[in-house]
Amino acid sequence: MSNNKKHEPLFHIVKRDTMTFKKAVGIRLLAIVAALLLCAIITMVVTGENPISVYGTMGIGAFGTARKTWVTLQNVSILLLIALALTPSFKMKFWNIGGEGQVLIGGLAAATCMIKLGDKIPNGLLILIMFVASLLAGGIWSVIPAIFKAKWNTNETLSTLMMNYIATQLVAFFTVLWEVPKGSGKIGIINQDTTAGWLPNIGDGFTGSKYLLTIIVALLVTAGMFIYLAFSKQGYEISVVGESVNTARYVGIKVEKVIIRTVFISGAICGLVGLLLVGGINHTLTTTIAGGQGFTAVMVSWLAKFNPIIMIFASLLIVFLSRGAGEVATGFGLNQSFSDILTGIILFFIIGCEFFITYKISFKRGGHKK
Amino acid sequence: MKKFSKIAAVALAAISAFALCACGNNGSAENNAANTDAATSGLKAGFICLHDENSTYDLNFINAAKAACDKLGVECVIKTNIPEGQEAYDAAVDLADAGCNFVFADSFGHEDYIIEAAKEYPDVQFSHATGTKAHTEGLSNFHNAFANIYEGRYLAGIAAGMKLNEMIDNGTITADQAKMGYVGAYTYAEVISGYTSFYLGAKSVCPTVTMEVTFTGSWYDETAEKTGAQTLIDDGCVLISQHADSMGAPTACETAGVPDVSYNGSTASACPNTFIVSSRINWEPYFETVLTAIANGENYPVDFCGTLSDGSVALTDLGTAAAEGTAEAIKEAEAKLTAGELHVFDTATFTVNGETLTSYMADVDSDADYTPDHEAIVDGYFNESGDGLRSAPFFDIQIDGITLLDTKF
Repeated sequence: MSNNKKHEPLFHIVKRDTMTFKKAVGIRLLAIVAALLLCAIITMVVTGENPISVYGTMGIGAFGTARKTWVTLQNVSILLLIALALTPSFKMKFWNIGGEGQVLIGGLAAATCMIKLGDKIPNGLLILIMFVASLLAGGIWSVIPAIFKAKWNTNETLSTLMMNYIATQLVAFFTVLWEVPKGSGKIGIINQDTTAGWLPNIGDGFTGSKYLLTIIVALLVTAGMFIYLAFSKQGYEISVVGESVNTARYVGIKVEKVIIRTVFISGAICGLVGLLLVGGINHTLTTTIAGGQGFTAVMVSWLAKFNPIIMIFASLLIVFLSRGAGEVATGFGLNQSFSDILTGIILFFIIGCEFFITYKISFKRGGHKK
Repeated sequence: MKKFSKIAAVALAAISAFALCACGNNGSAENNAANTDAATSGLKAGFICLHDENSTYDLNFINAAKAACDKLGVECVIKTNIPEGQEAYDAAVDLADAGCNFVFADSFGHEDYIIEAAKEYPDVQFSHATGTKAHTEGLSNFHNAFANIYEGRYLAGIAAGMKLNEMIDNGTITADQAKMGYVGAYTYAEVISGYTSFYLGAKSVCPTVTMEVTFTGSWYDETAEKTGAQTLIDDGCVLISQHADSMGAPTACETAGVPDVSYNGSTASACPNTFIVSSRINWEPYFETVLTAIANGENYPVDFCGTLSDGSVALTDLGTAAAEGTAEAIKEAEAKLTAGELHVFDTATFTVNGETLTSYMADVDSDADYTPDHEAIVDGYFNESGDGLRSAPFFDIQIDGITLLDTKF
């Protein structure tokens, strides 16, 4: 034993026993405080600005006025919805990083209906068609890699990623096709005069009416996804396939069917986000309409450990940081890049602390006890 | 475990303390301009920019906004990196909520969203650069603005032509090799009008000149602009100009040692050996006009088009690469343009498929079918951005002597 000690490494990493909830929350809070302190030091050293007022400005950027709060909540909803969409795939260990493309293709479907059918059919029918088209488009876009995975076990990480680029180029093609005026490369607001195909505002006459629909949809989908994953038979099948494909086969689950069905649901919800972005929020289509959120949502889903309720807070955190960052750029005349640096540091600490919650580092001397 | 609860409590307390202090401090974010006793001193102006100061295009707006606001004592709020989507609407109404009397957006794709904001805030004046819809939208508080930048490009083209002549005289190239290259963003009228006027300027002093144009499909894509410029240089272009907003083309020229006429402002500091001249729109006169009008409760034009004489169209100082006699040649042409003796798009100076243009219906009122709706040729010249039409350029004709390498955008 004493002979072996010489060769023992300086430290080694051990998986922790389950940590109490309080302790885990404590570690996360500590990480945030440490991140804020480091950001404060960097802010002072690099820009000479008062870090406390920089943080305050971030708060104002996200919640400073009623409208800012509504926009923040709307953005949280979109990010949350994409994260929710990806979650069933992830739980099944199907690495769907094609959220971006599935959102775009859903948006393209919605925009196509708005441009081609606007004013030709009643608005209610148009919106219904847009709804079906967007969900189907997103679903089909995700199911293509899923079929290849289920039938021939191809690598879905690559194929879902590649589907993003195809979707982006398709949108680029149609943008040029439908641009107004010619050559401008912009579609502009679709049906600005008639508002045909615009999703309805909820209520009227208050600031939030424009933003409420997305928020309500997000709440419904959150609740639905929570119940689906935790309490439905299909949700249980997803967990079993995720844990072990062989176990799933042994107990008689049709793995191929579960993969295709689950990934279709993922894609359809992404398509729904595309519908909300095009029909409800922007009323236009651009290649950047998803804005990288298809990838950010991967982080949200993982950060929340696939728990839909925790995802609300994870999306809120990320949206808060980015909205705050914009305000800092405006208020202090600092470049947006500086705020991105702060956001990066904070996320690094938060993700880093997850490591210390799951594992512990045992040093040479203290490493004897378990 | 107790220890952790304590730490958590302290952390929470610290965070709330941050928040409280912060609320007390938010005034520091405001930009207090120089004191002036003009009526404009109580105004607040908001500016929405597509990118930040790393884009030459946005920097040109930011500088003008700051200068005009400083001069008039107007409080200035600048929002950068606002995409051309609902974010532009959000930014505009946020500025209106914050008490701005004037809201300005700088990018073409912002227009529809600014219109939405203008409908909602009738007491706030909204202006949009490069837009096409104000003259047909019928909103009293929504305005477009642009300038006769084609005149500036024409003058910059003269500087380019002089440089080509110098190269021909030196024997560096023959008269037939006088080929220029142009990096454009989109096959959009604003770009077509720009490169055609640049080409006509060069042709007015160097008759044998030809030009090749490539498009990047983006207003700001440093890599694509650099590659585009390099492609043109490899293709035998001996002088480069651009209509896209990054430093891509100028730096490619500096690396290759090819003279360059840039846009939006001087690139002399980054490209000391190859910079000839740059034309730009100086937005300061417009901002000053508008802010003064708002302060006095007066209306200002729905569709404003700045000119050489009001200072809206400007050329930078000549760079070291400029040929001898350039300043004089530019000065002479500028006087003629201002006096109305010279027209950039004089139909006697160019042909289309070998023929002189006598009539052209332009798509001035934007619509999805690109319906031509106004006769643009008057008195023997193309009446670009003319009175009664619109400020944003609508010259979109392919003239002889210019070759488009690609038209995918």
